[in-house]
Amino acid sequence: MVKVQIFGSLKAATDDKSEVEIDASTLRELLDALADRYPGMRPQLDRGVSVAIDGRIYNDSWFTPIKDDSEVVLLARLKGG
Amino acid sequence: MALDSKTDTKPQQFKVVGTRPLRPDGIDKVTGRARFGADMSAPGMLVGLVLRSPHPHARIRSIDTSAAEALTGVHAVVTRADFGPPSDPGVADVLDNCMAGDNALYDGHAVAAVAAISGKVARQALKLIKVDYQPLPHVTDVDAAMAPDAPALHEGRADETVPAGMSPNVMARHEFGHGDIDAGLSQADRVLERTYRTEATHQGYIEPHACLATMNADGQADLWCCTQGHYMVRNTCAAILGIEQGQLRVTASEIGGGFGGKTTVFLEPVALKLSQKSGRPVKMVMSRSEVLRATGPTASSSIDVRIGMTRDGRITAGFAELRYQGGAYPGSPVDMGSMSAFAPYDLENVRTVGFDVVTNRPKQAAYRAPGAPMAAFAVESAIDELARGFGLDPLEVRLKNAAREGTRASYGPTYPAIGLEATLRTAKDHPHWSAPLGPNQGRGVACGFWFNFGGDTCVSLNITPDGTVTLSEGNPDIGGSRASMSMMAAEELGIPYDRVRTVIADTGSLGQNEVTDGSRVTFAVGLATIEAARAAKREMCKRAAQVWGIDEDAVIWEDGAARPAGPNAGQHPPMSLAEIAAIASNTGGPIAGHFEVNAEGAGVSFATHMVDTEVDPDTGAVKILRYTVFQDAGKAVHPSYVEGQFQGGAVQGIGWALNEAYIYGEDGILQNPGFLDYRIPVASDLPMIDTVILEIPNPGHPYGVRGVGETSIVPPLAAVANSVSDAAGVRMTSLPMSPPKLLAAIRSGQS
Repeated sequence: MVKVQIFGSLKAATDDKSEVEIDASTLRELLDALADRYPGMRPQLDRGVSVAIDGRIYNDSWFTPIKDDSEVVLLARLKGG
Repeated sequence: MALDSKTDTKPQQFKVVGTRPLRPDGIDKVTGRARFGADMSAPGMLVGLVLRSPHPHARIRSIDTSAAEALTGVHAVVTRADFGPPSDPGVADVLDNCMAGDNALYDGHAVAAVAAISGKVARQALKLIKVDYQPLPHVTDVDAAMAPDAPALHEGRADETVPAGMSPNVMARHEFGHGDIDAGLSQADRVLERTYRTEATHQGYIEPHACLATMNADGQADLWCCTQGHYMVRNTCAAILGIEQGQLRVTASEIGGGFGGKTTVFLEPVALKLSQKSGRPVKMVMSRSEVLRATGPTASSSIDVRIGMTRDGRITAGFAELRYQGGAYPGSPVDMGSMSAFAPYDLENVRTVGFDVVTNRPKQAAYRAPGAPMAAFAVESAIDELARGFGLDPLEVRLKNAAREGTRASYGPTYPAIGLEATLRTAKDHPHWSAPLGPNQGRGVACGFWFNFGGDTCVSLNITPDGTVTLSEGNPDIGGSRASMSMMAAEELGIPYDRVRTVIADTGSLGQNEVTDGSRVTFAVGLATIEAARAAKREMCKRAAQVWGIDEDAVIWEDGAARPAGPNAGQHPPMSLAEIAAIASNTGGPIAGHFEVNAEGAGVSFATHMVDTEVDPDTGAVKILRYTVFQDAGKAVHPSYVEGQFQGGAVQGIGWALNEAYIYGEDGILQNPGFLDYRIPVASDLPMIDTVILEIPNPGHPYGVRGVGETSIVPPLAAVANSVSDAAGVRMTSLPMSPPKLLAAIRSGQS
């Protein structure tokens, strides 16, 4: 199980929990499991999120590995100029 | 792929990287031969022009184009009725921004376009188009738009994050942070609460948007345009026009600046539609007025900050509510501002709440570190005021609270090795910090943060028969990427820089490439370039092994040549790249390397800026006396370009702080759509911007490269405001600090 930190505006979907535990070993499994477990999060997941895994930020690479002790943080989808 | 396998961050020895060769586009640009967006022509080409709304908000009851269509020389007129629903709903707002649907949403919104044999005929045709408008109430100010009874632009479009009862113009709410703000504030010796405001500013690129579109009856189309991302243009236009991406080939022209503003489309789908309808190539070029009225400036902002600090300078809690208006459609960068506002600091209690608000203004576009400069202005101003209030050194206070490796960032993750502390210590030791100041002069510092990213990237590297190298990349060269890619290829191959030429390939020649944004190119395209060169080296080692009749494992690449290695390899003279290239046809055919990647895992970036100003107490005019940028580049591939990025960000930030603003009248009409009234800084306004490049290698890149293009615009708004506040003796909380505004503040302070 991986501990996932949820940012504030998504907490409405997690009963106000700022951290949830998800069974996932890749980024794809993580995003799928979050959408299944917390349907209220689905609109934001559809709009896009970025995910920080052990301090580095990922957007799309489904098979990015996640270890059980990885630090995983959901972020708003990054934009640049 | 995420990170390069290299985790050793010890400094490497480079031969080409870190030098300052001449830029490959220099001669074309100084002789006027470089071809920008407006420099392309085609046989039978028509001129396309756009009719724009004179109202800030109006229902379009009808559009009568018959008289325009009947005018001799007019070949096509298009309105929104010519566009069907886009094949990708995600670009619906982009289409609506390019060509208004039921409502004109801002002064300058496109409502129709014509293609004619000349600009004169096209202008006549625009006058013949009859639009029946029903003017609607409008709102252009962010706080006014958040009032419950404000005129609504998109009733019912707010997303699920917006609490019930808010203005219908609030499209989204974002919240980040951790800890307990009230508990943190209760530990402070002083809690400062302030509201800060910034105005919308334009990216101010010198080259207006321009394109040449050809769309044939068989469905094949070609587009030449100035853009930061021609793959994005291809994909967006294909979705809007309902054509296949592979049938639309987009070629990027040279680009006269973008800074984020050319990361979307404005003219391109319209030009393609006019070409489709007329059967002729159509060229469109915006005027400066159109650029200012109808392309994306950045968001304006209104930000409340509450920060607690102990008398020894420790921040006990930080809170900010950020309200950004992003123009007529959802998507202001308030989420980025909310994540970055407190990112430079190690805070136990921190929270930000951001509101994305729509108004009757042009849709904002990205602008260098979108959303971060205004957030940094608010937070860095408040920290500065608290520090000075306690009589503390503002740099020491920042050092005391600085985020470092292991700090939990205000937006959530734990930082790996980062360079903020190094920029602060270097700034403190720099002679600028201790230089004396005269009367009416002040000094300010501020820190800034930006994420950086990578994204989809393709590179193809080809060895020519004479031993030179051509490299194809898919990102317009907006900040020196042709030079830096050539340098990284030369470094990896062990050949001189001038043996490599880098070209920007069209969308038919490489796979998908992310836009040139997010400070990604030197990092991501550089990473792909190095890997493509490594692939070519492996192939060249294989060819040499064939010639020598030994195992390819027994050949290494060193100093630009294949060499036998190991005890059983035998004695063979090295084969240079040119020697292997010359016999490529005899050893298996042409030699190339390529690499395709979604280069994720880019490292974050920090900077500290220091600026001296002098305020004229009689006029409120501000002079920038001295300015120094301290920023971590990971590894500066071409230091002159890195310095240019640092200087450019500082100068744009100075403009944002002192002069630049979108000014709307009560009528909702933009009052200053030209460079005479919208004044960007020019060389005579500025001293030489000094730069100090720090090199703390990024473990995510083979050479340690970190993106540098955006972070440099984050600190200057606050750094200049802190300096001016110091010089004038009055705290400035609203930008721009124009002479009348500053003079009023000085007089108000004196009274």
